Amino acid sequence: MNYPAKSRVFLHEIGELTRFVLRFFREAFRPRYEFSELVHQCFVIGYKSLSLVALTAFIMGLVLTMQLRPSMVRYGVEAQIPAMVCIAIIREIGPVITALIFAGKIGSSIGAELGSMRVTEQIDAMEVSGTNPFKYLVVTRTMAATLMLPVLVILADAISLFGSWIGVNIYEVLSFRLFYTQVIDNLAYYDAIPAIIKTFFFGFAVGIVGCFKGYFSTKGTEGVGRSANSAVVMSSVLIFILDLLAVQVAELIWDF
Amino acid sequence: METRKAVIRIEGLCKSFGDNVVLDHFDLTLYEGENLVVLGKSGSGKSVLIKCIIGLLHPDAGRIEVFGENVPDLNYTELDQMRARVGFLFQSNALYDSMTVRENLEFPLRRHWMKTPQKEVDERVHEVLKNVGLAHTTEMMPAELSGGMRKRIALARTLILHPSIILYDEPTTGLDPITGMEIIELIQQVQQEYHTASLVISHDLKLAQIAAERVIMLIDGKCYAQGTFNELRASTDPKVKAFFD
Repeated sequence: MNYPAKSRVFLHEIGELTRFVLRFFREAFRPRYEFSELVHQCFVIGYKSLSLVALTAFIMGLVLTMQLRPSMVRYGVEAQIPAMVCIAIIREIGPVITALIFAGKIGSSIGAELGSMRVTEQIDAMEVSGTNPFKYLVVTRTMAATLMLPVLVILADAISLFGSWIGVNIYEVLSFRLFYTQVIDNLAYYDAIPAIIKTFFFGFAVGIVGCFKGYFSTKGTEGVGRSANSAVVMSSVLIFILDLLAVQVAELIWDF
Repeated sequence: METRKAVIRIEGLCKSFGDNVVLDHFDLTLYEGENLVVLGKSGSGKSVLIKCIIGLLHPDAGRIEVFGENVPDLNYTELDQMRARVGFLFQSNALYDSMTVRENLEFPLRRHWMKTPQKEVDERVHEVLKNVGLAHTTEMMPAELSGGMRKRIALARTLILHPSIILYDEPTTGLDPITGMEIIELIQQVQQEYHTASLVISHDLKLAQIAAERVIMLIDGKCYAQGTFNELRASTDPKVKAFFD
């Protein structure tokens, strides 16, 4: 394997992505603003991902509860299931799993859409007509992904906890009110706030990577497929890296 | 001696991709209201030439003056302002496939730095669609149109900003002879109606014969020969002759 060449390609890509991100911030805060396209993208990215996110969140809460239960029963602490599940879902599983599903659905769709626009010269056509395709295509999609993922995560957390309540009720009877009282009693701001904040970064990563891969797509239809695929892979890896950093930063701030 | 003002002047344009030299000190002048056809074989660098003119590709060397300004020296804003005066018809048409015909046509007006009132937008859409003979297609999607109709809509989108120059990239490629002929007539009609200067990139001899006031032969990356179509057809130069034979 040619490691020096591969490293060069990797470093080049990191450099290009950094320039792309800097251009995003330069374009995002300079008029003209594409509000109507931003609202449209929020609808496409947020609303149309809702059903998939809701389904996976419900199953996630249900399965997590069912898997946890035998161990909790063995130690005689099954009464702590709501507390344990809610901490796990709100702090980690909800944001990360939702972000990964979001990367799979939205990252690939942005990568493929922009990629096919690039190879069919639609982006060039925007440029030569004196409009700014970066502002219209990249800024709006990245902002919509950044704004919509936190909303989806909050909804996914709520649905997941509902799934968990169903999971608890498969084996015993626990009222919905009592379940949620236990959940709220065991939650601190420290659990929820950093978890929500990090989802803005996850959303940004998914949006910007999808746009980056699609915007610089080459080599025809094969390139479009590769852009969509690498957008998902790269944004998924970035989600884990950002999650690691977020945990460290949150602990640092909390200890301070 | 040409008395008209030059709108595009290219001097010593060079462009390579790796070791492949595509344009090698290429020169060209396009005058106001002129219809100039650049003829060349496939892969001779014709598309690279007009992409350099419009600023989609950066040349390695040389000057490309459009309305007296050197394109490689322009910043984003200046480039956008220049592009608003230069229309570009893509070989692939490059229609926005997620938008209707109306939205395709409105897009340059709505997104442009110049704010255009809705009444004027509607008037311009109606005018350009009427001029390309497709007034009934406003709510259709590009996928519902035939190849010739798509080409006409792409031309209508180019015309909507009322450009002073139109660059055509292989306008008749991929069309049947009858539709190709219709597009050639449309190019002439547009030039007469809008008084535009046209730079047409093609390998279509029929197009050059009918539409060109002047023809340039792009061979080996250079402006190898130029003149009227009949002058070039009568040339005894083996490379020129080979193209016409």
